Amino acid sequence: MSIRIQNISKHFGSFAALDQVSLDIQTGELVALLGPSGSGKTTLLRVIAGLERPDPDSGAILFHDQDVADRSVTTRGVGFVFQHYALFKHMTVFENVAFGLRVRPWQQRPSRREIRERVQKLLALVQLEWLANRYPSQLSGGQKQRVALARALAVEPKVLLLDEPFGALDAKVRQELRQWLRRLHDEIHVTSVFVTHDQEEALEVADRVVIMNQGRIVQIGTPEEVFNHPANEFVMNFLGTVNVFQGRLETGRAFFGPLEVDPSSLFHNQAGRAARAFIRPHELEVNTHKNGQPSFRARVIHINAAGPQAKLLLESENGESVQVEMPRDRFQSMGIKRGDDVYVSPKNMRVFMEDYVI
Amino acid sequence: MSPLLGRIKTPSVIPGFGLTLGFTLLYLSLVVLIPLSALILKTTELTWEQFWATVTDPRTLAAYKLSFGASLAGALINLVFGSLAAWVLVRYRFIGRRVLDAMVDLPFALPTAVAGIALTTLYTENGWLGRYLEPLGIRVAFAPLGVVVALTFIGLPFVVRTLQPVIEDLDRELEEAAASLGARRITTLRRVILPELWPAMLTGFTLALARALGEYGSVVFISGNIVGETEIPPLLIIMKLEEYDVGSATAIAVVMLLASFLLLLMINLLQWWSARRHVAARITLRVSPSAGGV
Amino acid sequence: MDTALILQPTKPQRGGIGGPSTPATTEPLAVRGVLITIALVFLGVFLGAPLAVVFAEAFAKGTAAYWESLREPDALAAIKLTLLTAALAVPANLVFGVAASWAIAKFDFVGKSVLITLIDLPFAVSPVISGLIYVLLFGLQGWLGPWLAAHDIKIIFAVPGIVLATIFVTFPFVARELIPLMQAQGNEEEEAALSLGASGWQTFRRVTLPNIKWGLLYGVILCNARAMGEFGAVSVVSGHIRGLTNTMPLHVEVLYNEYNFVAAFAVASLLAVLALVTLAVKSAVEWRYRRELKRGGATPGPGGPA
Repeated sequence: MSIRIQNISKHFGSFAALDQVSLDIQTGELVALLGPSGSGKTTLLRVIAGLERPDPDSGAILFHDQDVADRSVTTRGVGFVFQHYALFKHMTVFENVAFGLRVRPWQQRPSRREIRERVQKLLALVQLEWLANRYPSQLSGGQKQRVALARALAVEPKVLLLDEPFGALDAKVRQELRQWLRRLHDEIHVTSVFVTHDQEEALEVADRVVIMNQGRIVQIGTPEEVFNHPANEFVMNFLGTVNVFQGRLETGRAFFGPLEVDPSSLFHNQAGRAARAFIRPHELEVNTHKNGQPSFRARVIHINAAGPQAKLLLESENGESVQVEMPRDRFQSMGIKRGDDVYVSPKNMRVFMEDYVI
Repeated sequence: MSPLLGRIKTPSVIPGFGLTLGFTLLYLSLVVLIPLSALILKTTELTWEQFWATVTDPRTLAAYKLSFGASLAGALINLVFGSLAAWVLVRYRFIGRRVLDAMVDLPFALPTAVAGIALTTLYTENGWLGRYLEPLGIRVAFAPLGVVVALTFIGLPFVVRTLQPVIEDLDRELEEAAASLGARRITTLRRVILPELWPAMLTGFTLALARALGEYGSVVFISGNIVGETEIPPLLIIMKLEEYDVGSATAIAVVMLLASFLLLLMINLLQWWSARRHVAARITLRVSPSAGGV
Repeated sequence: MDTALILQPTKPQRGGIGGPSTPATTEPLAVRGVLITIALVFLGVFLGAPLAVVFAEAFAKGTAAYWESLREPDALAAIKLTLLTAALAVPANLVFGVAASWAIAKFDFVGKSVLITLIDLPFAVSPVISGLIYVLLFGLQGWLGPWLAAHDIKIIFAVPGIVLATIFVTFPFVARELIPLMQAQGNEEEEAALSLGASGWQTFRRVTLPNIKWGLLYGVILCNARAMGEFGAVSVVSGHIRGLTNTMPLHVEVLYNEYNFVAAFAVASLLAVLALVTLAVKSAVEWRYRRELKRGGATPGPGGPA
């Protein structure tokens, strides 16, 4: 089922949690709503679910081209997975999953046998058949998460909504569940939207990523698009560590901190304007000697070589901190030590003009 | 949802707001607000002279004085011994502690009339305790001291129960820190523990005081109701009602009610104050590791 | 104003409480001994002795006399009236408590804190005044008195007055147990149930009610104890008509004032047993509740620390 959100706003008092948000989600897609806390992503998810009402005079939400404004959460047919799972404490895993089927009006309620079969199938899907008779308090975080998912799927929702599905889990379980969710989605193919503040999670799991900030959508695109072609500084900053150099464009030249670069055609007619260059740590090349590329000299302050990537903290001659990442074997072959002077040249950079200020 | 409702209530998907709030307000009005306003309205029927004459009548004044004095004394006894009992019940382990802990609520659970006759029987001259006190010249039953005893009994749970969770929540690291800084136990108690407990102690004290001011059942038996000597205001109200003097009963009641509301206000302020202190303390704790870090 | 009676959602004890004390956090043995002794004497004199004397006096002339005074028709009538009063007052306040806590805990609306204060109001009113206000409303000299008399409806000095006064004094018990409990539990489970297609009633019965059952039971127990034991308020509105409008506490007073001590304490002993049962059930509920908190304590609710 496709979801179309048109010009939705939501205010809490005078605070605008959602400001004229529009978004199209295709049938069968897995979409991530990504943003810092307070960006409105959870509010958007709850508005889609019908757990929050949008402002009365704002736009519409369409499920498969049908306006669902007057359908409450009870009749909207969405599966919602809550951040803290919201499992019913006094019911077993089985009873939790069966709940949505058991509360149906009796004409639509499946028989006891059907309910049992459906629940068992779902528990098999989330690989928890063996925990059917446990209570939520006896489960680990990851298990609770999967029960919550099975419970949401039991009512055969047309749309699956997940609020920070991995937020409360520790790092390793998180990693496993991410891949598991991706595979599960490929298997059942229900239109899914999940909220996260973790850019890695969004980029790894989603078909498309919706980046939000201050109640607005900043950029929509595939993980590759948003990572490689960030729409603005906010997206650039939000999607991972980045070195920022203040700079100035001049005719025929551009200076960014310690770095002088050949301005590409991109910069013509922009002379005299302030700009900022964004360079990711892995986009900086470190050499022990000058190699003809535009570069600047810096001193190695700290080395963290634990992991596949060696992470270096450098300090340029004007005292700016610069973060660099390089493959471990390259780092080892270069034999860099703390206190060494190195030459740093960018392999790639993104420049954003300062907005006009009147 | 009607637009009016939308303005007074934050929207929510949970159903049943109109029904439950409507019923709540209706029931509250019928059972509490309308009857209470009957009292207020009755007061306005009295002339000022009538009202003043009633509440300044020496007998009424004596009753107010006894009630307030005995309540204060009872609350003070509870402040001292209740705090001590709370500390003992939370911090120490001894046989019978759990039973004793459960028993603290007895004054809440035991009907006041039963407490009244039991205390009277204990303290009359051949009662279990009275027979040792009378020869010493200490007269409890049918004397003002008896009122104090009864009010101590009914106020007993307040200090203990408000204090217990606070003592349980006390961060033991504070005490260990004080000890590691060279403080002796008595200094730690005075400088570290007591300041933490003080708001709860005060709240418990005020609650006990408020409860005692309105008490009737446990007092009327042990006080002996000697005219102008051991009468309490609730007793005067009942006597006035029996004489069909509804006006005087109302006048005495209004003064009591005002005192109760004043105390209620004080209790709310105290709780607000201690909550604020608690929050402030938490923030300090959270900040201090970084602020104190070198 | 019985704040201390709120079922405290106490965290599972921490900080070594219950465990062995470290030397830095306890007093010397002798000091501990003295403090425990003082506490024992204080609680013994003020709690133990009154309780013991009730039973001692009740059985002072033997078991036969005890049972005899309980079988007496006026005593039986008092017991019946007390049970009837509680049977009417407790369910009324139960329904009110659930409705009020649902409205207050599940929704945000203007005037909420005022409403909470108003619900607590009856605790701030002296029992005698609680009775007086109904006399002023329904009594012969009261607002509705003449009208009631004209229609031959008796409220004051009759059973309806007793029930009304009892409802007033026990009014806040259930509500104030449930409000903090439901506030602490938040709305997430209810939202989950609704999103799974449950109706409002199904959500309440299958999700909310099981979550608040201990708090509810606790409130009902306290409400019942007070309803059966109320003296001051009922005393004002009852008229003390033997065998008709005397509840058990009033009957105790009548017997005591007639110097019929054995009978007075016999009836009183029933009320004392009721109090002990109340305390026992209360401890059991608290214990259960703490255990459940401990079991479910791993998952912070949405209202919990973020």
